[in-house]
Amino acid sequence: MSSQAWIAGGGVICGIGANLQQCLEAFRQMGTGMQEIQYLQTTHRGIFPVAEVKADNTALAAQAGMPAHLSRTALLSRIAAQEAWEAAGLGDISQYRVGFVSANTVGGMDKTEDFFTDYLQNPQQGGHLRQVMHHECGSVTELVADAMGIRHHVSTISTACSSGANALMYGARLIRNNMVDVVIAGGTDALTRFTLNGFNTLMILDQQPCRPLDDTRTGLNLGEGAGYVVLVSDALAARLPNGPWCRLSGYANANDAYHQTASSPEGTGNYLAMKGALTMSGLQPQDIGYINVHGTGTQNNDSSEGKAIERLFAPDYPPVSSTKSFTGHTLGASGGIEAVFSALAVQQGIIYPNARFTTPMKEWPVAPATVFSGGNRLDHVMSNSFGFAGNCSSLIFSKG
Amino acid sequence: MKIYIQGTGCVSPQQTAGAGPFLASIQEYEGNRLAAVEPDYKQWVEPNMLRRMGRAVKMGVAAARLSLQQAGITLPDAIITGTAYGCLQDTGVFLSKMVTGQEKALSPTAFIQSTHNTVSGQIGLLLSCHAYNNTFVHKGFSFESALLDSMMILQEGAVQQVLAGGVDEITDHSHTILSRFGLYKQEPVRNTSLLQSATHGTIAGEGAAFFVLGAAKSPQSIAQLAGLTTIYKPVSTEERDAAIQGFLATHGLRSADIDLLICGHNGNVEENDTYAQVAQTLFPQTTVAGFKHLCGEYPTATAFAAWMAAEILKQQQAPQDIILSGSAPEKLDRILIYNCYQGTHHSLILLSKP
Repeated sequence: MSSQAWIAGGGVICGIGANLQQCLEAFRQMGTGMQEIQYLQTTHRGIFPVAEVKADNTALAAQAGMPAHLSRTALLSRIAAQEAWEAAGLGDISQYRVGFVSANTVGGMDKTEDFFTDYLQNPQQGGHLRQVMHHECGSVTELVADAMGIRHHVSTISTACSSGANALMYGARLIRNNMVDVVIAGGTDALTRFTLNGFNTLMILDQQPCRPLDDTRTGLNLGEGAGYVVLVSDALAARLPNGPWCRLSGYANANDAYHQTASSPEGTGNYLAMKGALTMSGLQPQDIGYINVHGTGTQNNDSSEGKAIERLFAPDYPPVSSTKSFTGHTLGASGGIEAVFSALAVQQGIIYPNARFTTPMKEWPVAPATVFSGGNRLDHVMSNSFGFAGNCSSLIFSKG
Repeated sequence: MKIYIQGTGCVSPQQTAGAGPFLASIQEYEGNRLAAVEPDYKQWVEPNMLRRMGRAVKMGVAAARLSLQQAGITLPDAIITGTAYGCLQDTGVFLSKMVTGQEKALSPTAFIQSTHNTVSGQIGLLLSCHAYNNTFVHKGFSFESALLDSMMILQEGAVQQVLAGGVDEITDHSHTILSRFGLYKQEPVRNTSLLQSATHGTIAGEGAAFFVLGAAKSPQSIAQLAGLTTIYKPVSTEERDAAIQGFLATHGLRSADIDLLICGHNGNVEENDTYAQVAQTLFPQTTVAGFKHLCGEYPTATAFAAWMAAEILKQQQAPQDIILSGSAPEKLDRILIYNCYQGTHHSLILLSKP
């Protein structure tokens, strides 16, 4: 068994940038991604701000080298996965045993909801089948795997908002069990009417730009995008032209087992996930140099997460921030996107800012980092992802 | 390291969720859609909670409970589900209301229950289980990925008992749409003669099968989960065959060591060749059985096959109604399941006597 899984590179596309470099620039400039809805066709336009990827499907398809009629979720996925692969500098993908483990929450729903308008009028003939051909979550993964020539292992994980983090965990296990040499792992989700309306019925969407970890927070903003890391074995890490970014030293998945959508007040699942990841990495809480929190901006999430962090870390907290204050909540992609940000944080000593913070929460009065800083000494960074159905996951990235 | 099946539970179009003998009589159906025979869920779930659950969740919960019961445990160390379609019923409800009501006056219930991880999440919630909880949603590899994750986690040594399963449901919407893709037979069809069919198409199925997988052998052990592999879109029959032979070699086996080959024949004449080739060229001496005439075709049907294989090993007898070629095996030490979902997703699951 290979002892470690290393991060060889990463790629991101989201509401603040079409690639990782653009995202970093946005963090430096405090340029957040929330705007009035521009690309999603919905009656809620003008009401809820969202962090859309600033390109239509035709432009994304050209960038992805895929047909424009495919799900936006697949187009975003390809763009970020390709960037991740190129960042690793491993060259010809056919030279390796490669796995693609991608997460998403609603597959090709953006096309299915278009189909349903005509289909419901005339179930036997209405709607173009092409629109539902790739409805399944796994189909989105395969469109990208096939386009990139990935054949040795393909899998798709869907655990709501923690999906992307669980993809890294499974990917790391594939490497440690020597089933493949490389895994591109992360997640993707495009905005859909289905999810926008779903979160709206839960009354957790903010009509203002969201304010994670802030006492004035009143909900989340949805975002979209994709983020992937390239995980490699010890042997391959030693051969990387630029060396690995860092290693995935710990991970854990736990369940809150409290409610289908809400988090327990004390954040039991969150606590167990963070604690499990620390145990695996052999670290103490004080070893963690920065936490990229789940931090959606809902009342419930941020207080539960805060309570869980308090239980584990009090009284001394490392810098924390929610990058969702820039990217919005990208659901199945968020664990992947934030894994890339966190892995890069270790490599470059970055602490990301938390936008719009003014007032500490009553439940956990800790002020997040509010400005971008690079060159910090960061040996270990934690990334949290928590989701519906109690699914909680934490990842720890560490220097080599 | 060896992994043992400590308990199984199955909800399917057959009488599998009751206490009756294993596949004592085959449920016969006419038409291209088999519906699961659903048990009385109230024995496991409170009525107010049950009302909110879609069928995929209910079937999953029932199969999970049955398998835990048989294994004699109440709290697994991990819960891992494979489901290709997820919770179609609630997805369809929310989607239809959203489209017809133009995004107005929606209630959250269906959305809340629509996420793919609802089955695993609800099982965790019902068991108050804070352990590892994961959901794989990859077409014909969904159940296989759940098993692989279980095996890797057990091999790490930190957990002792994993609850793993596969579940998928049919809804009116999904059946209508998949029918438009030409998946199912158009002419009258009986499930009992499905595997002898010489026409295009199959019949739709659904169900849930869960397993308690343990790292240690015990008196409860029904079978050993000896191996698993997936082969994604092999470019040639040679590549496929080499992968199958490689799998056998990895486990130190020759094809003659397989006492029963359970294949995924689904009655679609275009898909028969794959199974015929594999059976005839790679397993010429092995008795071949089918299972999709019992459960129908769906992406996680291999979970039903694994349940059936475990039962056969336990009973040391293969029902006559499943044998496609060869005679009833004289010994039943090893069973190999070979499935090829939609011509692209090949999987092998090896079970042996504990």
